[in-house]
Amino acid sequence: MPDEFDYKIEAKADMTASDTSAPPIDYVPAAERPEQELYHSKSWWTTYVFSQDAKYIGIQYTCVATAIALVGLALSLLMRLQLAFPDLSLLDASAYYQFITMHGMIMVVFFLTALFLGGFGNLLIPLMCGARDMVFPYVNMLSFWVFVLAVLVLVASFFVPGGPTGAGWTLYPPQAITAGTPGNLWGIVLMLVSLVLFVVGFTMGGLNYVITTLQARTRGMTLMRLPLSVWGIFVATILALLAFPALLVGGIMLLLDAVLGTSFFMPVSVSMGELLQTEGGSPILFQHLFWFFGHPEVYIVALPAFGIVSDLISVHARKNIFGYRMMVWALVIIGALSFIVWAHHMYVAGMNPWFGYFFATTTLIIAVPTAIKVYNWVLTLWRGNIHLTVPMLFTLGFIITFLNGGLTGLFLGNVVIDVPLSDTYFVVAHFHMVMGIAPVLVVFGAVYHWFPLVTGRMLDQGLGKLHFWITFVGAYMIYTPMYYQGFLGVPRRYFEMYESSYMSTVGLNVFITLSALVVGLAQIIFFYNVIRSVLKGEKAEKNPWKANSLEWQTPKMPPEHGNWGEKLPVVYRWPYDFSVPGADKEHIPQNVSPSEVAGAKVEKT
Amino acid sequence: MFVAFILFLVVVGTLIFHFWSPYWLTPVASNWGSMDQTLILTFWVTGAVFMAVGLFMVYCVWRYRYQKDRKAEYKPEDKKLEFRLTLLTAIGVVALLAPGLIVWKDFVTVPKNAVEVEVVGYQWGWNYRLPGEDGILGKTDIKNISDKNPYGLDLNDPNSKDDIMVQDADLHLQIDKPVKLLLRSIDVLHNFYVPEFRAKMDMVPGMITFYWLTPTKIGEYEILCAELCGTGHYVMLGTVLVDEEKDYSNWLVQQITFENVLAQNRTIQLAENKK
Repeated sequence: MPDEFDYKIEAKADMTASDTSAPPIDYVPAAERPEQELYHSKSWWTTYVFSQDAKYIGIQYTCVATAIALVGLALSLLMRLQLAFPDLSLLDASAYYQFITMHGMIMVVFFLTALFLGGFGNLLIPLMCGARDMVFPYVNMLSFWVFVLAVLVLVASFFVPGGPTGAGWTLYPPQAITAGTPGNLWGIVLMLVSLVLFVVGFTMGGLNYVITTLQARTRGMTLMRLPLSVWGIFVATILALLAFPALLVGGIMLLLDAVLGTSFFMPVSVSMGELLQTEGGSPILFQHLFWFFGHPEVYIVALPAFGIVSDLISVHARKNIFGYRMMVWALVIIGALSFIVWAHHMYVAGMNPWFGYFFATTTLIIAVPTAIKVYNWVLTLWRGNIHLTVPMLFTLGFIITFLNGGLTGLFLGNVVIDVPLSDTYFVVAHFHMVMGIAPVLVVFGAVYHWFPLVTGRMLDQGLGKLHFWITFVGAYMIYTPMYYQGFLGVPRRYFEMYESSYMSTVGLNVFITLSALVVGLAQIIFFYNVIRSVLKGEKAEKNPWKANSLEWQTPKMPPEHGNWGEKLPVVYRWPYDFSVPGADKEHIPQNVSPSEVAGAKVEKT
Repeated sequence: MFVAFILFLVVVGTLIFHFWSPYWLTPVASNWGSMDQTLILTFWVTGAVFMAVGLFMVYCVWRYRYQKDRKAEYKPEDKKLEFRLTLLTAIGVVALLAPGLIVWKDFVTVPKNAVEVEVVGYQWGWNYRLPGEDGILGKTDIKNISDKNPYGLDLNDPNSKDDIMVQDADLHLQIDKPVKLLLRSIDVLHNFYVPEFRAKMDMVPGMITFYWLTPTKIGEYEILCAELCGTGHYVMLGTVLVDEEKDYSNWLVQQITFENVLAQNRTIQLAENKK
């Protein structure tokens, strides 16, 4: 084993540091296990369809998630048109409720979760850890195809009798499965089956992301040298692996209630004037299960965004991320706390009112590590040398949007302020800002940043800037007025916009819809840019942003199967050595050994 | 320059929108003005943080924009600064949470002299029941619900007989008299919400949830259902009227008791039998 051989030499070198050619500052820990043999595909099918290469699976995940997101986007635009211009009679009440349900579920689960973990997880984890692939490539492939199946089942619900479920994305029983709600027979069943499939598919992928991060890092890549992108995805995946089972349990029980007439969540109740044959179930139990999944879900989407944005900001400001260790611990603490705050979604659900004290306290505690992250992003800009590239613009847009959405969370988390505001447009504005627009801005920033890595070509920066400004400013103008509708008490999920007798919001409502249409249509710019750049975009030089993390240090760009050619990279430092005093170059990649940059005054990482 | 300027406009524009636009809380019509106070406190504290962090970011974008000969600072950590910021945030959070929890205690502690009023939600409308002369609401069970007994009252409970049945979307409340609203649903989740009263709570079939309030302003206010309850959710509206004592009594005497309802049913039954 050559690794062991190297190790012995080095151990000896340590003892007699004076008379050896390999200086001890280049110390590399021994490989802890032999390298695994890499899978090689043998046919067209296993190369391009059932691919087991994580990079390729990441792109597959990204494409499918984006495709379904376009459906979600179209639904939202139709809803906004109906709300602002009811005279057009685009939708009836049933269709409206079906659309809000599908929009919510698609965007949260099938778009953002799949994209951040399945898409960016697969693309970035092996490359950033210095691995050749995920630890279980076959399971990784299965994960994607089960996800595709879940998406197909979800889409199928548009075409069954009664259409998709209109129970709201929270699927609360009894309403989800009783008459009076659209899609209460077929739609809800397909929705639940689709979610169960999603959880199954995700679990296979999720195991890969966690185990690859823990087991397959290259030599020298300690946990505290991982890029924050990997940290974000890693912690989010652990959350997902622990939180999705609650959804699975709730989903299966609700499925039994719907199909076999059991009463897990169904109390004695009447439906359309007739007494149902159900007894003894608890509707609130479902809400606890749903939000035990649902709250960590917010962070499943947010933490990868936090991680990725940290890397973007550092690379494009040419400065190390400020307070790296604090950033890592904040991710871990937020992740842990996210499991004991779920019932802040249920302050007015009829649970024991004394719960309010506990959940308000835990919820507001989460604000502290979250605030630290925001401070550290902004402090990274301080005394940086900020390149206002498209990824940096999206990062700045993210900070403003997240700051806005995060701070309004302090209203809703503080139980007594939630009482007037819950179920109003204030909530709609808050969660769209914090877990809709903010993560989506990161997604765009990340696409502009890593597009050259994937395709070898640059996206057009001019079109990118146009896309950014319309999307960021437009989205901000959609949701900021909604807070004020919420203050007035305008309830969400009303097919006809409620007109407060105190003050009309018709004007605001039309304004919001027009902004939404502009933002929605502006996405055409993005897709045009992507398609055009794939075909004939400017060829990217290697490592175009001069980043330090390993994904840019592969022998070929885009990286080939196996990523690293003959030899795995060896890591000597964290990925944030930018503008180091005494160094010749502005950036020092992770695989540059200390002896190569002898003059650089780096801090030990 | 351009980037910093637009970002500046977005941050400052938020503040301008707040002052320029007329939209704000409706005038409060119950004792829960304390909720407004905690809300407004949070609004200004978070607003100040938003402005401070946002403007600091804009300043950095402007001040440290790319210049060829500039070199960024290399400073991985600053423990003192990080500690101070953490402490400051923690203090801020406590300052927001503490008043909130104090008001929450008021909200969950129902005063002893509160009159009980039952609200029954169904797809898609509201009914009400008052305890009658004995001051006690009779027992109910969803299983008892029928055409003749729409609330599902227990016929054997002597407290039921004098209960006042308001089978109408309008509810009258007397000004300055604390009420405990007992919330019940017979089918799916609903939520009894009057924006001017601020308070709201879900109604869950199989449970009786509650909250209390004291109406403080005479007037008519709209009741909204605030929990998605099916296709008719958006039309599940009602009215609550806060009356002077005299108007309230006038309304009250026009209402019928459960006994009256049963008697009416019997008369109808007899009439039908004769046919």
